Amino acid sequence: MRLPPARYLLQRIIFAGVTVLVLVSVVFVLVRLTPGGPFDGERQLPEAVEKNLRAAYHLDEPILQQYLRYLSSLLTGDLGPSFRSKDFTVNELIAAGLPTSATLGLLAMTFALISGVTIGTFAGLHPDSWTDRLLMALNNLNLATPTLITAPLLVLLFAVMLSWLPAGGADGWLHFLLPAIALALPFSGAIARLCRGSVVDTLLADHLRTARAKGLGRTQLVMRHVLPLSLLPVLSYLGPASAALLTGSVVVEQIFAMPGIGRYFVEGALNNDYTLVMGVVVVYSAFIASLNLLVDLAYAWLDPRLVIAQ
Amino acid sequence: MLTSTRLFGSTGFALVSLALILMLCLVGPSLSSWQPEDIDWQSIQTGPSAQHWFGTDLIGRDLFVRTLEGARTSLFIALVATTVSVTIGVPWGAVAGFFGGRTDLIMMRIVDGLYGLPLILIVVLLVVLFGRNPYLLFTALGAFFWLDIARIVRGQTLALRQSLFIEAARSLGANTRQIIWRHILPNVAGVILIYATLTLPGVILAESFISFLGLGLQEPATSWGVLIADGIYSMESAPWQLLFPAGLLMLTLWSINTLGDRLRDRLNRR
Repeated sequence: MRLPPARYLLQRIIFAGVTVLVLVSVVFVLVRLTPGGPFDGERQLPEAVEKNLRAAYHLDEPILQQYLRYLSSLLTGDLGPSFRSKDFTVNELIAAGLPTSATLGLLAMTFALISGVTIGTFAGLHPDSWTDRLLMALNNLNLATPTLITAPLLVLLFAVMLSWLPAGGADGWLHFLLPAIALALPFSGAIARLCRGSVVDTLLADHLRTARAKGLGRTQLVMRHVLPLSLLPVLSYLGPASAALLTGSVVVEQIFAMPGIGRYFVEGALNNDYTLVMGVVVVYSAFIASLNLLVDLAYAWLDPRLVIAQ
Repeated sequence: MLTSTRLFGSTGFALVSLALILMLCLVGPSLSSWQPEDIDWQSIQTGPSAQHWFGTDLIGRDLFVRTLEGARTSLFIALVATTVSVTIGVPWGAVAGFFGGRTDLIMMRIVDGLYGLPLILIVVLLVVLFGRNPYLLFTALGAFFWLDIARIVRGQTLALRQSLFIEAARSLGANTRQIIWRHILPNVAGVILIYATLTLPGVILAESFISFLGLGLQEPATSWGVLIADGIYSMESAPWQLLFPAGLLMLTLWSINTLGDRLRDRLNRR
């Protein structure tokens, strides 16, 4: 295993940057081109007031100029004022919600990876044993239960009936435990299934027979020869999973009443708060692009053939 | 023998439960004397009883009738969205697979790019673009689920493109449209049907969480998502409000998934 060459690294970083730029641009144009604006309320504003408001937020400029203005302020890290929450900038709103969402997502991802890989490897090492069958039956049940149902059931069991954990909020690490588990469960199930399959396949490979013939111990065999290969499908699953994780976290934040950025996204959509929606899109696309970048790099590290093939 | 008993085990159960659910959706509401929006002032938020089989909700509406009403809406939306996704995905995949080369590369890159987008982003964008119009939203939802179908159809078309009967058709003077329409599509119809089946649960789930977030259907219209949102709100005092809709949703998802998987396995074995 060697580090991937600098050229590959650079290429991937540029690709991630372009992805973010394209996404932000498309969303910007779509949002600005829609009829109706953030100032259409119950009350019709006097024409002069509306005109002044539009001028204050630069909405009266041609779209290209608005776009360039947005990009240049984005480069300085400024996401603009919120159209609806009058006294806040989008930066302030996101800064208030991001730590909660990021902690939740990170915890869930860690939990899903550890439990999924452990369960999958364990089941895959003993294919068709009763443990394998039991684990996979439970896994299928898990995969068939959506977050919308597991999350409230977890609250009902651990918060209401047993009173072990808090049911909502984000005031301490205990508050993150249930939401993170609820968010992680479907991903853990998918990872376990993938991992089991690839472990079963890897065990049949020639180099594994050689390693066994050399007299390698069981732990070493699994750690050095089975896992690196079996983790490749799991890695490529992490890219699409990052997108699904964002969707799931919005639901979980809602159920557990957590003050994350998912709430702003939904509220921004309902209120036509363009800048707020754009701000969350920037954060989300940066997250997806960087996670995909990490996946690419990890792939290149685990399987150098990929880089050479390019 | 073993396979046939196993086949009856879960597949049979899935078939029976799906048939029951569909039948309940069709005739169920007329079994009960309550209407979805009737309020029974004598029993506000009461548990299951002979009068209200699934209990009543926060304002005394019969939950059995509302759950079935929700099931109708959810299943209808799922069917519409799946149809939309087939309508987009099949031609997209067939064209990409048939022409190959640069066309294929560009078309499939677009699919890959869209694949990386979170559903919530698309939903929020649609809400900003069209306002809160549930029917438009869910039709547009179909526009998110065509990606899998496009991939599958492309793969199948790519494999079929080289076969002898296509070559024969071409040498007889058939043009591209005729070949795709008359020779390729009938051959991938089975696969399309299976993947459309496997798309249904995804759409049902997506509908439920969009309505749950308040971006989809709203009162007094109801769906499984709306009912589960209500159920979560009052689950501490009235757990049946969550358990009945959630149970029916899970049973439906599991049944459709089981049937779809079994069909796919059968097709792959051939």
